[in-house]
Amino acid sequence: MNYTLAKDELQDLYRELILDHARTPRNFRRLANATHTATGINALCGDKLHLYLVVDANDRVVETSFEGSGCAISMASASLLTETISDMSVADANACFETVTRHLTRPPNGDGEATEFTFEKLRAFDGVRKYPSRVKCATLAWHALHAALNHSNSPATTE
Amino acid sequence: MTQNIADCRKDFPALQQNISGRSLVYLDTAASAQQPAAVIDAVAQYQRENHANVHRGVHTLSHRATELYEGARDKLRAFINASNRTEIIFTSGTTEAINLVAQSYCRPILGAGDQILITWLEHHSNIVPWQLVCEQTGAELIVAPINDDGEVGLDELYALMSDRVKMLAIGHVSNALGTVNPVRRIVERARQHDIPVLVDGAQGMPHMAVDVQGLGCDFYAFSGHKMYGPTGTGVLWGREALLEDMPPYQGGGDMILEVSFDNTVYNELPYKFEAGTPNIAGVIGLGAAVDYLQSLGMEKISAHEKHLHDYMVNKLESVDGVRLIGTADEKASVQSFMLDDIHPHDLGTILDNQGVAIRTGHHCAMPVMQRFGLTGTARASLGLYNNTDDIDCLVVALEKAREIFA
Repeated sequence: MNYTLAKDELQDLYRELILDHARTPRNFRRLANATHTATGINALCGDKLHLYLVVDANDRVVETSFEGSGCAISMASASLLTETISDMSVADANACFETVTRHLTRPPNGDGEATEFTFEKLRAFDGVRKYPSRVKCATLAWHALHAALNHSNSPATTE
Repeated sequence: MTQNIADCRKDFPALQQNISGRSLVYLDTAASAQQPAAVIDAVAQYQRENHANVHRGVHTLSHRATELYEGARDKLRAFINASNRTEIIFTSGTTEAINLVAQSYCRPILGAGDQILITWLEHHSNIVPWQLVCEQTGAELIVAPINDDGEVGLDELYALMSDRVKMLAIGHVSNALGTVNPVRRIVERARQHDIPVLVDGAQGMPHMAVDVQGLGCDFYAFSGHKMYGPTGTGVLWGREALLEDMPPYQGGGDMILEVSFDNTVYNELPYKFEAGTPNIAGVIGLGAAVDYLQSLGMEKISAHEKHLHDYMVNKLESVDGVRLIGTADEKASVQSFMLDDIHPHDLGTILDNQGVAIRTGHHCAMPVMQRFGLTGTARASLGLYNNTDDIDCLVVALEKAREIFA
């Protein structure tokens, strides 16, 4: 492997969309009127994020936000999560959690790669799958979402 | 065997490989040191030719295994200048050694109103065992602060010493910041209050000659894998008089002289504290690591690392955006830092991609991170096998990280 390839791999990991969302996270605030909240903790690095959801009477996620600190991957993932699940039904958001975490923890180019995954923007995280220690950074916000939607009282981890 | 430090890199098989297409630059020795072939071979030879249980059989292999295992104890005794081999207790590592002292020495004597004194610099393994024993006994854990350079405030530490303090537990060298504590001076002060002192030597042993009698402490705990030996090995050194009076930490085989359901007679030191079949292969490997370090000479290793550390600090300071964390006057070759506002984990991944292995995160020293208002740092730690080229590679890799996050 030569230097250029190593550089390309880095660019595959830190794609422009990820760097953009890490630098300028969307929906980065506390929601005082949140109906569902959860905290995600990455034990490896001590990073912590809080997720806030407003779910209306029709079981629809009408607003999502987050706060916290973390690496570029975890911040971008949380930021893109808030965009992805806004206006989804709770059932769809739960299904989205399943699909996204399954996708991110699947080996690159594994079975079912092309057919199932329809969240095109989240493909920005495909490069993370080559870095086992970093996959948890990408899934942390999603585990927090799952905990929030299912009213889990203990902090979500990626374990 | 190599005698010259500049040439000793070739003694380490793990360093002869490429990572991400480049020659590995290993700057994570404070997490775990690579092992020289002499250690790997000693373990393999034992496994192939001499394996049996120790202290039990009358057959040839059991004799050989026992001789090798006990031979390692003699090597460790001489290496740290303990007065007696009975004071060398093999453990699974520093963590178990500290837990042993907390439970076996402290727990029986602690009560409400008593205190255990530690510092803000400590690794979690020199915090949590004391928290546990405080919970069990109603004693209180008190903590001496550190300054902005990452040095323990000696005046504050001394002010906390009193007759209520039943143990001072302090690191020899900070794993997160590299600060070397003036242990001998601190022990002298503790003596005035009759406070026993445990030194967490996990990060002391790899970097300097350790003389436990010279330090004057009562317990010294360390791990094999930080000093170029196998994982799962460690030593608790303790003063014989203290160890004699302590109850066993764990029960099992080998730690008894006679067992009946009415009465069990414990074995003598050091076996009283070595219940069950020990990590025979690992301990033999640790003995080989001691031989290797002695062939190079700890003074030479210290001088080599000091030179490299000064070079590294200079180079890091020349990189725009680097902020050094841990700037004590007395340092071992461990340096934490931040680069701009790049998260340490992103930095770790980018460096790994260029063949440079560093540690990132809280380094199992969350209070230290909190002291500096951080969740984690990047940390480059040097071993005897590093050279200035390694540090130049680190600097190039950091510049690359700045480009990506520009």
